[in-house]
Amino acid sequence: MISGSLLPLISAAVLAPLMQAVITRTKSVMAGRVGAPLLQPYWDLYKLIRKGAVYSHTTSWIFQMGPTVGLASLILALALIPFGGFPALSPFSGDFILIAYLMALGRFFTVVAALDTGSSFEGMGASREVTFSAFAEPAFFLALAALARQTGHLSLNRVLAAVSTATWMRAAPMLSLTLAALIIVFLAENARIPVDDPATHLELTMIHEVMVLDHSGPDFAMIQYGAALKLWLFATIIVGVAAPWHSGNRWTDTAVGLIGMLVLGIATGVIESSMARLRLYRVPQLLLVAIVLSALALAL
Amino acid sequence: MITLLVIIPACAGSVAFFVESDRLRRILLLSAALAQTAISLATWIVQPAPALGGWLAEDALGKVIETLTSVLFLAASFYAVAYLREERNQPHSDFEEGFLFSNAREASFTGCLLLFLAAMTLVAVSQQLALLWVAVEATTLASAPLIYFHRHHRSLEATWKYLLICSVGIALALLGIFFLAVAATNPDGSTTSLMVQDLRANARHLNVPWFKAAFVLLLVGYGTKMGLAPFHTWLPDAHSEAPSVASALLSGALLNCAFLGILRAQEICVAGGLADFSGRLLLIFGLLSMAVGAVFISGQTDYKRMLAYSSVEHMGILAVGVGLGGAAVFGAMLHVINHSLTKAMLFMVAGNLLAVYRTKNTEGVAGALSVLPVSGVLWLLGLFAITGSPPFGPFLSEFTILKAALDQGQTLVAVVYLAILAVILAAMAGPALAMAQGTPGEHVAAAPGRSIALSAVPALLGIAVLVMGIYLPPVLTRVLREAAHLLG
Amino acid sequence: MSQLINSILVLLVLTGFMLLSSSRLAACIRAIAIQGMLLGILAISMQDGQWSVAGVLLPLSSAVVKGLVLPWLLFRAMREADTVREVEPLISYNLSIIAGAAALALSLWLGQRLQLSSQPPSSLLVPAAFFTSLVGMIVIVSRRKALTQVLGYLALENGVYAFGAAVALRLPVLVELGILLDVFVGVFVMGIAIFHISREFDHIDTDKLAALTDQLR
Repeated sequence: MISGSLLPLISAAVLAPLMQAVITRTKSVMAGRVGAPLLQPYWDLYKLIRKGAVYSHTTSWIFQMGPTVGLASLILALALIPFGGFPALSPFSGDFILIAYLMALGRFFTVVAALDTGSSFEGMGASREVTFSAFAEPAFFLALAALARQTGHLSLNRVLAAVSTATWMRAAPMLSLTLAALIIVFLAENARIPVDDPATHLELTMIHEVMVLDHSGPDFAMIQYGAALKLWLFATIIVGVAAPWHSGNRWTDTAVGLIGMLVLGIATGVIESSMARLRLYRVPQLLLVAIVLSALALAL
Repeated sequence: MITLLVIIPACAGSVAFFVESDRLRRILLLSAALAQTAISLATWIVQPAPALGGWLAEDALGKVIETLTSVLFLAASFYAVAYLREERNQPHSDFEEGFLFSNAREASFTGCLLLFLAAMTLVAVSQQLALLWVAVEATTLASAPLIYFHRHHRSLEATWKYLLICSVGIALALLGIFFLAVAATNPDGSTTSLMVQDLRANARHLNVPWFKAAFVLLLVGYGTKMGLAPFHTWLPDAHSEAPSVASALLSGALLNCAFLGILRAQEICVAGGLADFSGRLLLIFGLLSMAVGAVFISGQTDYKRMLAYSSVEHMGILAVGVGLGGAAVFGAMLHVINHSLTKAMLFMVAGNLLAVYRTKNTEGVAGALSVLPVSGVLWLLGLFAITGSPPFGPFLSEFTILKAALDQGQTLVAVVYLAILAVILAAMAGPALAMAQGTPGEHVAAAPGRSIALSAVPALLGIAVLVMGIYLPPVLTRVLREAAHLLG
Repeated sequence: MSQLINSILVLLVLTGFMLLSSSRLAACIRAIAIQGMLLGILAISMQDGQWSVAGVLLPLSSAVVKGLVLPWLLFRAMREADTVREVEPLISYNLSIIAGAAALALSLWLGQRLQLSSQPPSSLLVPAAFFTSLVGMIVIVSRRKALTQVLGYLALENGVYAFGAAVALRLPVLVELGILLDVFVGVFVMGIAIFHISREFDHIDTDKLAALTDQLR
């Protein structure tokens, strides 16, 4: 057993909403607006927690469980993710498989909760979510497998530690393919613009947001917080691959990681500002490309 | 001497694009064809020295194909001059749909004809397989404009299919050549050049799996160009829409050149002891082509398409002959000549019928014997010759192949072969008789003073077909035997 | 060097997918142009150490012809045909990509099975070449525009060329020039044909080219 560190989990818990704020702020600046303060997501969460939850008569306990399980599975997954120079809380060999399945579990309950409302809008959102994740999951999994194959380790902890500038010198094509696949999955899984628009106002065009329309108060806070954690989780993996500098000093490495997260946040904002949303039926195509990219990376 | 064979038509072709005067250009065409034929006939007396470091040389195989191409081209150029004079440059009305169309510039047509000859000659004399590929692809490009001589949508469709299908096929052949180069790489890294004789000498040391793959690719690639089923789909369209003189050259000369590409690969197979493998493939594709030809000839309502499918069938016969090996190869070589002469004649006669009856439908033609006495007789005799009736040349060569099959104990092949030939004879004899006899419809204009060359040229070819059936010059037999010897 | 070759090959495979998944004709032409240039660089980088004038000039001219001249011709054909500039495939883009993925798997398998006597500098070389050819064939059969069929033909040709580079084939200069000339003239003639097709039919959809069939009794 490798000794774990709580720091990655704590930094995720504290900083994840901030990353969302960075993206929002970048988009505002790109659009020529001042934008919301960076702490706005925290205020939003605080506001939601203070409110009471409203439950429809037609829903059952499944509906109430959805946000809780979703958040819990993400926190568990984050316990397997290292950050900067610090190892994950409880890494073990083959943990990236568990990560993929925890994400699937969270998604399953979100989808089931959405279906539980019996609303046609939410059913539509659920169906889209499942369709797209059917493409996104293999891409994510293959990308992690490609990384594992390249580095020869089966724990994400070791994998990310093993990706160094030397690895890049040796296997740049493979790593760039993986990175490209991961970024597509990152955008898709976090309902970002080429795939979904988190700020849209028309339910018909939504994917993720439409599923959680009926949640309110603390439940909705959990969902929002879960979304922030998910963003953080994917971003950590991407930064871990894209910023392979290991100085040996844990704190320096963590600083590099934080800067990487900031850059990724800004980059996401720029991507979102400069691209139009894809038509819905083009989304699977994008994700298919991600699958192909990661499969190619695995084959290299 | 060999370089001249290629250079004369190439230069004449390039010049022809820019000659404005019809008269001068036609003289240029005829004189280039005459000069080229004269040289290629001279190669039968004086064996020419290899040129370009041995890349261009005439072995027995190349000599047969080259001379045949030259002679046919000479005949076609006389026919073409008469044909172009009749066509004149004015809008024509389409036979089938009645719209008006014009022809391509005669200068481009003549230029492409000559370049086509240059490319085909290069195929025949090339001893380097990659150069041969370049030349085969060049024949596609030079002949595509010939098919699009009549500027209307059907010929355009035919041209497009021809260009695309053949180019794709030929690209596969190039891959085959690269495979062959891999097969010829020795374990120590040294390579054998892509010269046919080097490969033959080294054939026993080729890497067998790569070589087999190479042969399949070459067979598919050049087979597409040659019109072997199931890659023949461009062939009936191109032959039915091209002007008859171009169809005659496509069928009589071009298909042989593509066949030569396969023969070169077969030569190496024979030298490498892989004749069983390659022969079986050739047999399968050959019989399939014959069967496809038979199916589409039966009930065919368009007589130019009928001739085109007959070409598919005869390419099948050639493949069967070479595939059987032994004495059948001699038959196949002989059949190359017989088929080319007969089919070129038939397409030229079909052009005459088309000009008078203004329809390609077999049912629209009746009484050809009375309207066009010479062409009518030639049409009837030609169709009997092509279906393998004695005493014409094709009978002799088809019979040689059949006999070889029986001698080798390949009874099944022989039975299928004979059955298909019988079906085709029955399917072609009906329309042939119906077209020749009967009373012509009233819309048929009594043939006005058409140029003598239009019937004289096919008549001469017809005589050649008859002579080939009765008497084989010893020198021809010797060269054909030599060619057959290369192929096992 | 093998890093560079690997990157080129990955890009080659990606342009194949670009060709399969783009809905815009212009993007497809660009994919082919990129392929042409990549192949030029590949052929130059394959001969490390043994530079020769012909060895550099030939790939360069091939890159210029396939990467600049032919795309320019095709862009002109596209403008003159004034066609709908969408690809309009017979099968959906998703299916095209899946077919592409299957082609990739097949080429990787083939690349493992076929044993070369000399080890190529990258294990991806032969698969990438096969893949590019297969993409060409997929495009030819699954697209209905004449222009895209030409693009498919070019991809097929590029794949063959890449295979030649993969097995370090040293063809004589004359032959290389001949092959290049043939491809060039071929596309040129096809471009002219497309122009005529668009004038004759008001579109360049090849599935409307169906007048010629056998009419059997």
